[in-house]
Amino acid sequence: MIPADSHTKSQPLSSTEMPPSIAVPTPLIQINKLSLHYGDRPAFRDVTLSIGTGGITALVGPSGCGKTSLLTALNRLTDLIPGCRVAGEIRMGNMDVLAPQTNVIHLRRLVGMIFQKPNPFPLSIRRNLEFPLREHGSRDREQIARTIETVLQDVGLWDEVKDRLDSPALALSGGQQQRLCIARALALSPAVLLMDEPCSALDPLSSGVVEDLILQLRGRYTVVIVTHNLAQARRIADEAAFFWVHDGAGRLIEAGTAQQFFEAPRDSLTAAYISGMRG
Amino acid sequence: MAETLNPRQDLREWLAFVLVWGAAAVVTAVFCWLLGDIVWNGLSRLSWTFLTAPPESAGRRGGIGPILVSTFLILGVCLSVSLPIGVGTAVLLAEFTSDQSLFGRMTRRSLDVLAGVPSIVFGLFGNAFFCKTLGLGFSILSGGLTLACMVLPILIRSTEEGFRAVPANYRLSAAALGLSRSTTLIHLLLPAAVPGLLVGLVLGIGRAIAETAALIFTSGYVDRMPESLLDSGRALSIHIFDLSMNVSGGDANAYASALVLVIMLLLINGTAAWLADRGLHRRIVTV
Ligand SMILES: Nc1ncnc2c1ncn2[C@@H]1O[C@H](COP(=O)(O)OP(=O)(O)OP(=O)(O)O)[C@@H](O)[C@H]1O
Ligand SMILES: [Mg+2]
Repeated sequence: MIPADSHTKSQPLSSTEMPPSIAVPTPLIQINKLSLHYGDRPAFRDVTLSIGTGGITALVGPSGCGKTSLLTALNRLTDLIPGCRVAGEIRMGNMDVLAPQTNVIHLRRLVGMIFQKPNPFPLSIRRNLEFPLREHGSRDREQIARTIETVLQDVGLWDEVKDRLDSPALALSGGQQQRLCIARALALSPAVLLMDEPCSALDPLSSGVVEDLILQLRGRYTVVIVTHNLAQARRIADEAAFFWVHDGAGRLIEAGTAQQFFEAPRDSLTAAYISGMRG
Repeated sequence: MAETLNPRQDLREWLAFVLVWGAAAVVTAVFCWLLGDIVWNGLSRLSWTFLTAPPESAGRRGGIGPILVSTFLILGVCLSVSLPIGVGTAVLLAEFTSDQSLFGRMTRRSLDVLAGVPSIVFGLFGNAFFCKTLGLGFSILSGGLTLACMVLPILIRSTEEGFRAVPANYRLSAAALGLSRSTTLIHLLLPAAVPGLLVGLVLGIGRAIAETAALIFTSGYVDRMPESLLDSGRALSIHIFDLSMNVSGGDANAYASALVLVIMLLLINGTAAWLADRGLHRRIVTV
């Protein structure tokens, strides 16, 4: 366990120093022949993908190809969905994510998640950040206050809200709420951040702010982001993976470095998708 | 609506208007008449002594002091048993049982049936089970427990609805932060479900406080000041019933007692509405 009340910027999963942003990343997450079913209906099948440490990996593809489902398998949120079955293997560092004996509370601490719709709790701004920290064992008030300031500064929200930390989080604008949710995830100092279309519910301006924020997280966190915005994927991603629906189930068509993916896609489907969206 | 109505549509509109407003007017009129009657006939007798003094000459004279005490004790027993069981069951049904499971469906169906069972049936059950089988006799305890059985279905179902009304993304985002299920339940879901709980509570208390049939067979109608929960005690509704049916010359006090009952009901309703409103505004301030 990482000490709950230290807002560390290092990667808790590996003891080695972080590699600078994109120098041939060591895989942090290794997904092997992963399939996911809701009842009898497959969401995706046979996905094998490795995700490097400290980079930004973009998952793209048409609606319904299983991107969100893949993210929720990574932090085992799938446990909450009745009838959802996940088969295959996910290794994160040296953790076997899908093993029944894996401590999901620990796992979800290491793997933060940002949802498409900002979803702060109906509490004050401060309580939104403090509540998960306390639940994970932080008791020291000053330490908590410091963490709150650090993460709010990280997401560029500190100056906007420092005078009204005790007002309701739901009174913030959509973009501010989303940044608060990112701060809430960062407060637990995760190693991995899963982001499910974090900008799609925001106006272009807020969307830009959040995008810049994600860029600042590069290197400090391993980010896996789902986005329908290919231009955005191209701007921020180090690696990209493309999914498509085949026979009623999502398939991984192609994965690689962002440059190769966008400049010289190997698969014709990928090429068509990229050019189609560009035009 | 841009087009103009032809005469027949006009007539239909007019008829619908009259019917809807007529129905509303009739309901309101009946309520006002009832209330007016009770206030008109009961108000003159209402005083502090009436509320505190013991009844005399079978209730013709004197007040309702011991009866109020018994009523509150019965209500207290009822709530202290039904609230924890009700909330617990609602949590089980809403959070740990899927909609489709046999257990969940059967429990819900049974509760809905129970909610519609006439109170006299609960009275006979309470008499057989609490008074006789458990040997509690005619007592405030028996009466309170019987009422608890009666209000539980309403309490459980509306609390459950309260939990189901909490957006699913609370649960997901809490889980994604590594919060345990119990923490999520206590700190996020329970506060959000409070409005539903309050609705159930008001309906339940309303039903309990106005209950006569279920109490005649369980808490009895001794009108002395109760000394313990094992004493028999007369509830307010039974007092009203007795005065107006069995005691000649008891009408005036029956009216005054009815007025007290109505005021209590209105107070409970008002408090709950105020609490729900305040709770909602404090927790969920949208934009
Ligand atoms: N909770 C659920 N229960 C049943 N089926 C689901 C559930 N969630 C998703 N699905 C189905 O699984 C498939 C993949 O859904 P998913 O949400 O993962 O797609 P997505 O790639 O994220 O799509 P989008 O781009 O629209 O968000 C879809 O066919 C969807 O209908
Ligand atoms: Mg999705």
